[in-house]
Amino acid sequence: MDIQGWTYAIVGATFALYIGIAFWSRVHTTSDFYVAGQGVPALANGMATGADWMSAASFISMAGLISFMGFDGAIYLLGWTGGYVLLALLLAPYLRKFGKFTVPEFVGDRYYSQTARIVAVVCAIFISFTYVAGQMRGVGVVFSRFLEVDIETGVAIGVGMVFVYATLGGMRGITYTQVAQYCVLIVAYLIPAVAISSKMTGHPIPQLGFGATVVEGPQAGAFLLEAIDQIHRDLGLPEYTGAFVAGKRSMIDMLAVTLALMVGTAGLPHVIIRFYTVRTARLARWSAFWALTFIAILYTTAPAVAAFARVNLIQTLHERPYAEAPEWFTNWEATGLIAFNDRNGDGRIQYGEDPATRELEIDRDIMVLANPEIARLPAWVVALVAAGGLAAALSTAAGLLLVISSSISHDLVKSVFRQDMSEKRELLVARVAAGGAVLVAGYFGIHPPDYVAATVAFAFGLAAASFFPALVLGVFSKRVTSEGAIAGMTLGIGFTAAYIIAFKILGWGGPEDWWFGISPEGIGTVGMLLNFAVTLTVSRFTPPPPLEVQQMVERIRLPSD
Amino acid sequence: MPRDSNAKAYWRANLRILMLLLTVWALAGFGLGIVAVPWLNEFHVAGFPLGFWFAQQGSIVIFVVLIFVYALWMDRLERRMAKDAGEA
Repeated sequence: MDIQGWTYAIVGATFALYIGIAFWSRVHTTSDFYVAGQGVPALANGMATGADWMSAASFISMAGLISFMGFDGAIYLLGWTGGYVLLALLLAPYLRKFGKFTVPEFVGDRYYSQTARIVAVVCAIFISFTYVAGQMRGVGVVFSRFLEVDIETGVAIGVGMVFVYATLGGMRGITYTQVAQYCVLIVAYLIPAVAISSKMTGHPIPQLGFGATVVEGPQAGAFLLEAIDQIHRDLGLPEYTGAFVAGKRSMIDMLAVTLALMVGTAGLPHVIIRFYTVRTARLARWSAFWALTFIAILYTTAPAVAAFARVNLIQTLHERPYAEAPEWFTNWEATGLIAFNDRNGDGRIQYGEDPATRELEIDRDIMVLANPEIARLPAWVVALVAAGGLAAALSTAAGLLLVISSSISHDLVKSVFRQDMSEKRELLVARVAAGGAVLVAGYFGIHPPDYVAATVAFAFGLAAASFFPALVLGVFSKRVTSEGAIAGMTLGIGFTAAYIIAFKILGWGGPEDWWFGISPEGIGTVGMLLNFAVTLTVSRFTPPPPLEVQQMVERIRLPSD
Repeated sequence: MPRDSNAKAYWRANLRILMLLLTVWALAGFGLGIVAVPWLNEFHVAGFPLGFWFAQQGSIVIFVVLIFVYALWMDRLERRMAKDAGEA
């Protein structure tokens, strides 16, 4: 069977599985719809959190990004895992002990204010839409490459899938589908990684192959990382493993970006809400452990894949006559993700990074998607990678859509406008909101806004500068007041958003103009510090929270039963 | 449900655990993973410059272990508190 046949078979089988799970776990109560009846086992919740968290960006793009960044790729690896330590220690058990359905609900109750609740709803919806558009786009890209349909058709199929299982099964359906999706995506990620590691270094475990010697090609006998550094020196590029050297990020910027991504991770509502679905605070702690374990399996493999791809790509392509380019190269040229432009007219491919002279234009996504073809793996592996990319994108999209739906039905319609709404009615509103959100997400997937890359900085920066301080202080201080939190969130978000808009969209200037040398990706760290400072200062000068709120804080601090 | 003094003791013990583990978190993520990298890169383990290894592998493993230790430690703390409350 060819690649396309295998892709139809494997993607079709996994989709049938997801729909089957959704039908089996369809729900009838709001508690099931929002938090899966709070009965998910810790291990299953860990897997679901892993799939929820690892998006199209982690699966498709991250290894490619690291491959081009070298050491600097650590900002993603550390930033997107270290946040789970903050989440496990500072938020998950307490928010589970609080025991309601959504993040804006905690903010509204703890800060005894409808204004705070509405600010939180707006943040949650904005962050989630920003994120979900990218997932739908990922679905479209995978479909168009592997099934040779248009991106529009691909997005429409993805929208249809999520529509069925999110509106039917709510959080319960999403949770168990995500467990299946984790299994699909991790197998799809590991098989090519193991195959390439065995082939290049003789070690089947990529994490070991990463530090071993190369067994074939002109670099045979040298350590893999030394070989890459040598290739970089020969090409006049900064060393792959080098830190803070010319052409790489500065130390202060690395620190700021990493912290912003960590804190942003801990403040993302679709991640936090996963810890509401277990029975006790104790199980929330253990599911954080399982979640990071499952995430770390992919996150420690990705940098190894990045290094293998780096050697493979330069070795197979640099100085090779275009007429002799391998078959995968011409396959992927058709998608526009890789392009050759013979500037000096010698008929050979010269690799380089200077945009003015380089002859190769490579999209980062190609590193993972084309990997099985570069390593000449069988067609079914290529098809499995397609199914894995779809699993990563769909699982994250579903988690985000549930946040949007519950924010609208529970925190806006029920809490602000129609407090007497019946449960049956609320469930209907939740389903309609989820359905509407899927359609809007699909629209953005087909017509992506130009500033997609900037919006990722937005999602993390805003989560870092808004939710994280409000949630942490809400648990760890009884003295923080409604006025303090609202002022802190507003200023934190306002500052962060203004900085990102100024440098990313209005084009205020390059790295030499950044404040304190911090890039827009890292400015969430400054926004967060500003939020903490403002919240604590304003709280000092405003009357303390009412007694029942202080008692609530004491209650959520107690051990779980 | 523990009584008041017991609840206070639990919270203080919890804060001590958090302080310790978050210190390790910061040292692993920002110390070994970023600030100390140029210095650590002078040392090699197998084919890895050590700083690069922490930045792209080691610190992630430390994060996983930290959450494991935390969950285990809190389980023990809660069992001890429940027992104290039973005896009081």
